[in-house]
Amino acid sequence: MELPPGQYLTRDFPVLSAGPTPRIPLDRWELSVTTETGTVHRWSWPQFTALPTESPTVDLHCVTKWSKLGTSWEGVSLDVLFENVETAADYALITSYGGYTTNLPLEDLLDGQAWIAHRYEGDELDPEHGGPARLLVPHLYLWKSAKWVRDIRLSFEDERGFWESLGYHNYGDPWREQRYDGD
Amino acid sequence: MSSATTVTESGAGEVPRRRLGWHVATLVEARRENATARTLVLDVPGWPGHLAGQHADVRLTAEDGYHAQRSYSIASAPDRERVELTVQMVDDGEVSPYLVDDFAPGAAIELRGPVGGWFVWRATSTEPVLLVGGGSGVVPLMAMIRTRRASGNRAPFRLLYSVRSPEDVLYAQELRPAHDGVDVTIAYTRRAAEGVSRPAGRLTAADLSSWGWPADFAPQVFVCGPTGFVEAMADALVALGHDAQRIKTERFGPTGG
Repeated sequence: MELPPGQYLTRDFPVLSAGPTPRIPLDRWELSVTTETGTVHRWSWPQFTALPTESPTVDLHCVTKWSKLGTSWEGVSLDVLFENVETAADYALITSYGGYTTNLPLEDLLDGQAWIAHRYEGDELDPEHGGPARLLVPHLYLWKSAKWVRDIRLSFEDERGFWESLGYHNYGDPWREQRYDGD
Repeated sequence: MSSATTVTESGAGEVPRRRLGWHVATLVEARRENATARTLVLDVPGWPGHLAGQHADVRLTAEDGYHAQRSYSIASAPDRERVELTVQMVDDGEVSPYLVDDFAPGAAIELRGPVGGWFVWRATSTEPVLLVGGGSGVVPLMAMIRTRRASGNRAPFRLLYSVRSPEDVLYAQELRPAHDGVDVTIAYTRRAAEGVSRPAGRLTAADLSSWGWPADFAPQVFVCGPTGFVEAMADALVALGHDAQRIKTERFGPTGG
């Protein structure tokens, strides 16, 4: 199995986050998609978990250089969440509980490339790995797969997220080794 | 490209946008810190300087052209052309055994950085600072202590350093209980040093309460160490009333090397 350049294999699941792990009670959890016109689509936890799920098995590549292959997730495809979302936007800014943000082109979230995952290896997703639910966009470096996801805001303009404002690459393709700005 | 930022820390947007290239880094001197860690003093012409808490990427190239990269925290205060990394040996590691045991003065590696603009302490800051380190997680915290000293900054610092036993302590000569306005508390988890009253055991919320700053002081807090340690400390700090937005964490996975 070939790894992206500069990566090494791990069997563990290291944790990377910038602050304390937020704890979100499920009765207060909410996921939203906010369009460029201000329309908000919302899902409560019961509504979210009633959506059809998929069970992707994917490779994870962290910018800190570990890669973990063949991880199993269960989650809702973004294609399902976007079924009734009308938008002409090109960009998405993801906001998490706890304040974390990350940005990516909307097209990277669609066509079977991204999920809101709430189960990992058959179990509920641990808070330290982003539970109750996190974004999973495995074709980009893992910082794009925002833990504790709360809102996806669509826009015509690309607004840099947390790490993207701190010297990390705006897009983050592991196969092109886009770790830092200018790579 | 938008320069909008959601980061609230003032100055976080100052991280310069420039391409990070690889620099040749020649080993000038190496200091054994304990049985499994060594500090590498590197001469890096063209190094752009760094902020306390940042890390650097190291690249080794084998004779057949195979590359291996790892990230290491910078241990030294900012300096043009001089960078110190403290490397902890990782069992079965691909890179760290070479750096800890074999890399000899005069030999060179490649270095890229500095990387990471979040887990940083700026010498212009005057707020109280609480540093909480576990094992080799003390390395970027040491860079902050050294940067404070080098800059003449008088911000009140406290370090809580969790380490297995006295032989494992990094920077033992520099980390005296209190010097120069930095209060240092070493918490031994397996075997305490002689004459230390605190029984060996993991750092607890009570330790943070006794030896850290009260939440009322609203210190900047930096926590670095293995994931379990960081999770436990960050949760305890939040429970003690510290603002989650003022707690910055950096975690070392159990793997690497």
